[in-house]
Amino acid sequence: MKVLTGNDLKTGDVIWWTGEGWSRHVNDAVDAGEHPEAILAREEAAQRVVGSYAIDAAVTGEGVRPAHIKERIRALGPTVRLDLSLKPADPAAGNWVI
Amino acid sequence: MYQYDQYDQAMVDARVAEFRDQVNRRLAGEMTEDQFKPLRLKNGLYLQLHAYMLRVAVPYGTLNSAQMRMLGDIADKYDRGYGHFTTRQNIQYNWIKLEDAADILADLASVEMHAIQTSGNCIRNTTADQFAGAAADEVEDPRPYAELLRQWSTFHPEFDYLPRKFKIAIIGSDTDRAAMKLHDIGIQIVKNEAGEIGCRFYVGGGMGRTPMIAPVIGDFVPPLQMISYLEACLRVYNRYGRRDNKYKARIKILVHEIGADEYRRQVEEEFAHILTLGLEPPPAELDRIKGYFADPGFETGLSGDIDRSDPDFALWLDQNVHAHKQPGYAIVTISLKPTGGIPGDASADQIRLMADLAKAHSFDELRVTHAQNIVLPHVKKADLYALWQKLDAAGLASANLDLISDIIACPGLDYCSLANARSIPVAQKISERFADLGRQRELGELKLKISGCINACGHHHAGHIGILGVDRKGVENYQLLIGGSEGADTSLGTITGPGFNEDGIVDAVEKATDVYLAQRTDGERFLDTYRRIGMAPFKEAIYG
Repeated sequence: MKVLTGNDLKTGDVIWWTGEGWSRHVNDAVDAGEHPEAILAREEAAQRVVGSYAIDAAVTGEGVRPAHIKERIRALGPTVRLDLSLKPADPAAGNWVI
Repeated sequence: MYQYDQYDQAMVDARVAEFRDQVNRRLAGEMTEDQFKPLRLKNGLYLQLHAYMLRVAVPYGTLNSAQMRMLGDIADKYDRGYGHFTTRQNIQYNWIKLEDAADILADLASVEMHAIQTSGNCIRNTTADQFAGAAADEVEDPRPYAELLRQWSTFHPEFDYLPRKFKIAIIGSDTDRAAMKLHDIGIQIVKNEAGEIGCRFYVGGGMGRTPMIAPVIGDFVPPLQMISYLEACLRVYNRYGRRDNKYKARIKILVHEIGADEYRRQVEEEFAHILTLGLEPPPAELDRIKGYFADPGFETGLSGDIDRSDPDFALWLDQNVHAHKQPGYAIVTISLKPTGGIPGDASADQIRLMADLAKAHSFDELRVTHAQNIVLPHVKKADLYALWQKLDAAGLASANLDLISDIIACPGLDYCSLANARSIPVAQKISERFADLGRQRELGELKLKISGCINACGHHHAGHIGILGVDRKGVENYQLLIGGSEGADTSLGTITGPGFNEDGIVDAVEKATDVYLAQRTDGERFLDTYRRIGMAPFKEAIYG
């Protein structure tokens, strides 16, 4: 599957396309199909997301996970500071969907 | 330390106001990212793997305690409670919000700091010997020259859009503690037989994908002509540097392609022309700047005795404390490399503590080192034990300076969008493998450096042992290099052979150290043994 990611303009947070908007949690990412260019162009133009692009991902037992290690680290946080990764149970995660 | 005059402060304040307006326009949707990106980069604000990252310049690595305290406060107020000291003597914050960026720059400006020229194809923050003004072996304090250079290079219109970024280092001792020959320009202040001071220019060094050691271009430039000579070096580069190919755009490629002799000829020609223009700063200006770097009020007649009865203190003393030019004083290096820690990271509390200790024990001064440690340059020997106890209580007393666990590591794939592999976990595993300090001391001086990609921010080419992380079809792989050095005996490491996975590279490092222990002769460092016996025994042990 192809999922869409980028960074939130105001906060810089890594965000994922949910089909209707953007979420801070990768598990909310949905398949954007084979031609996500229109979505990316529209969302960039709306000035909500910065540096958006499509990546390969798969639904695993743990949820949606990007195929490449770089994107998995983007999705889950630095592997050397697990205290800083965004987990669903974290109060800091707040309302995932922006 | 240098203090801003009205021009410095006005420039920085105006820049903050300008950037605040630019951020507001971006947030209001009045600018696209394509329009905004070069503006934020001009102010040190990158977009990295997880968030915006702000790189703050620490001019020639020198800070006072108020500045250091501010760095800690920014980590708490705007980031996630820590900062990362870099191999260019700067500090980076990894979790910055765009909407906070102008406020952070305003806070920095309030203590005479900024993030200008920490990105882009301009002259970046000049780095310097972290022992400047304190080292016992110093010919001349390089800081006044570094400050002159800072003023010259800041907003220099001719050099704002160079073919590529440009990094300068300056030292004033025979001992190179700044990796000078691996910079675009390295300046060494030297003294000739007549006792005159001059600047020796090394031009065209660098790491990255094409590592090169800089040749000497100007052997003895009078100090008051340093700026004109720099201007000439940059002008030739600006004219002929490859703007058509990013990977061939650094000055090292130009110097290599046309040859040092031809480059020197062109620089000398340009230099002769520039001298006719009278661009030199007046001697009184250099003297004015030197006035800011006068020795602090050292006490005289102090005892040099130190009570070494606490064995842990004695170990730290032997490893992390260096001779000072002033009797009764010492230079202290605070290691930011605890066992299993993240090289260069310090918590907000640790940063503020180091600020307090500088205030109490080091005439209000600190330095950031390119090896990602912190220096208190002027500590009374009588204060060392009390200082060590405070550092120890805060987890800042690792007695491992220049040992195998004093690892330089770039942020790697854990933070950096350019990286291909993680650096920090490898550093942590090596540091844990060699956690026993007695074992580290048995290995002696061993500089290990790790980069997570070919850009070499972790200086892997210059490590006695270097590690380069690469991407092998989506899997992290680590190449091992041996034989690099960054000092007076600068050399580039050689790749041993096929790469390893994360655990394999740690084993390979250990095997390399075993070869050294088995083959060394009296007094040989790891690097010396490698240079004597060559690569073959290491390859055999690692791959055999």
